Amino acid sequence: MSTTTPKLPTLPEPGPWSISLRTAAILLAFTVTFTALMAGAYRLTQPAIEATLEAAKLRLINEVLPSDRYDNDLLKDAITLPEVPELGISEATSLYRARRRDEPVALVFEAAAPDGYAGEIRLLLAVEADGKLGAVRVIRHKETPGLGDYIDIKKDRRKDRPWIAQFSGKSLVDPPRSQWRVQKDGGVFEARAGATISARAVTHAVARALSWATAHAEALYRWPAGQRFEKE
Amino acid sequence: MPPAHESLHVYREIAHNALWKQNPILGQLLGLCPLLAVSSNAVNAISLGLATILVMSLANFAVALLRGFIPHEIRIPIFILIIASLVTVVDLCFNAFLHELYRVLGIFIPLIVTNCIVLARVEAFAAKNATPAAAFDGAMMGVGFVWVIGLLGALRELLGQGTLFSGVEMILPGWQGLQILPEDYPGFLLAILPPGAFFVLGLLIAARNWLDWRANERAKARLLAQRLHSA
Repeated sequence: MSTTTPKLPTLPEPGPWSISLRTAAILLAFTVTFTALMAGAYRLTQPAIEATLEAAKLRLINEVLPSDRYDNDLLKDAITLPEVPELGISEATSLYRARRRDEPVALVFEAAAPDGYAGEIRLLLAVEADGKLGAVRVIRHKETPGLGDYIDIKKDRRKDRPWIAQFSGKSLVDPPRSQWRVQKDGGVFEARAGATISARAVTHAVARALSWATAHAEALYRWPAGQRFEKE
Repeated sequence: MPPAHESLHVYREIAHNALWKQNPILGQLLGLCPLLAVSSNAVNAISLGLATILVMSLANFAVALLRGFIPHEIRIPIFILIIASLVTVVDLCFNAFLHELYRVLGIFIPLIVTNCIVLARVEAFAAKNATPAAAFDGAMMGVGFVWVIGLLGALRELLGQGTLFSGVEMILPGWQGLQILPEDYPGFLLAILPPGAFFVLGLLIAARNWLDWRANERAKARLLAQRLHSA
């Protein structure tokens, strides 16, 4: 430590200037040392963090689309989506394309419901090539614990028939678009008592995202990997 | 160097202080911010507690080691700098190696910086004591924090959802949380929401005060009996 603290000549009565300078130099030395510590920790953990993030992403994708359904490198076969109003996300996101022997299998992408009970609900969807939903998962939300958070499969108390599973296999013809509502609003999707708002928000967001993906499916599969998708 | 039995006594005193007498939560009521937010279940509470132990021992150790170089006038900014750097390192490590947990604890790991108990121990103990004792004090204060926040988390989880240690698989893959109350227990929402944290904490503090009061009364009675006996 003493190498980093500059040694000033010991004057009989150090003036206010030299005291200030000395104090500033000590503070600077501490700042440099501990910034170096943080930078070192960052460099050491960065590869592990990136690997974990990638693994977490794949695990999440696996939940909506089993990995034996496709044979391409999903994380590489991605395109960047610009801000798409239908998906409700205001920043650029990635869309992954699952293929088997170069034939389209499914699109995996994020969508958001802006009108949850407590703000945005972020979803991950897999839309299969025949227009059916593979599965939907809630990946981020702030709904009330124990009340509205059943939309998140991890918090859902009914493990045998989780709420979010009712979307699997549904498409825009089954049920028809007008039926994509919760039962309380005259649709076909159930909502649990006491927390209809969360269910309604998710149902509408899924319907919007599904219509968007089916309408643009062909272009989305065709778009060159790694490129930013532009509506034609 | 003090004699061995004396230093042992010092360490015992530090431990007793941290775990009971001046317990960060029950005695000093410090660090209530993470307490409210993270103690909704046992696993989250204990994990944040463990991170706090780590930060407190490291911070106390670092400050005690460097205390000769820290000018009195700017000690607080330097303490904060040290604590914030250590928390950043712990945060990065959580992100890299305990990612699931990192996502659950989220903002509360960085917020350990603002947990007053860390700065309080650094200022009150580490800045004035030898390095080993300071590191021990930090670790013990951390343990004092973790047992209370862990108990609080366990009680709230049990009342709120009838389980214990749910989500343990985030730290120990392959382990399972326990279902304590019957499967169809409807849950008691209040216990999980922030007000529940206040209620349960209040009861814990009351229990501690009652235990202290009882111990006091007994000591008094014993003293009285002794006096009567000798008279």
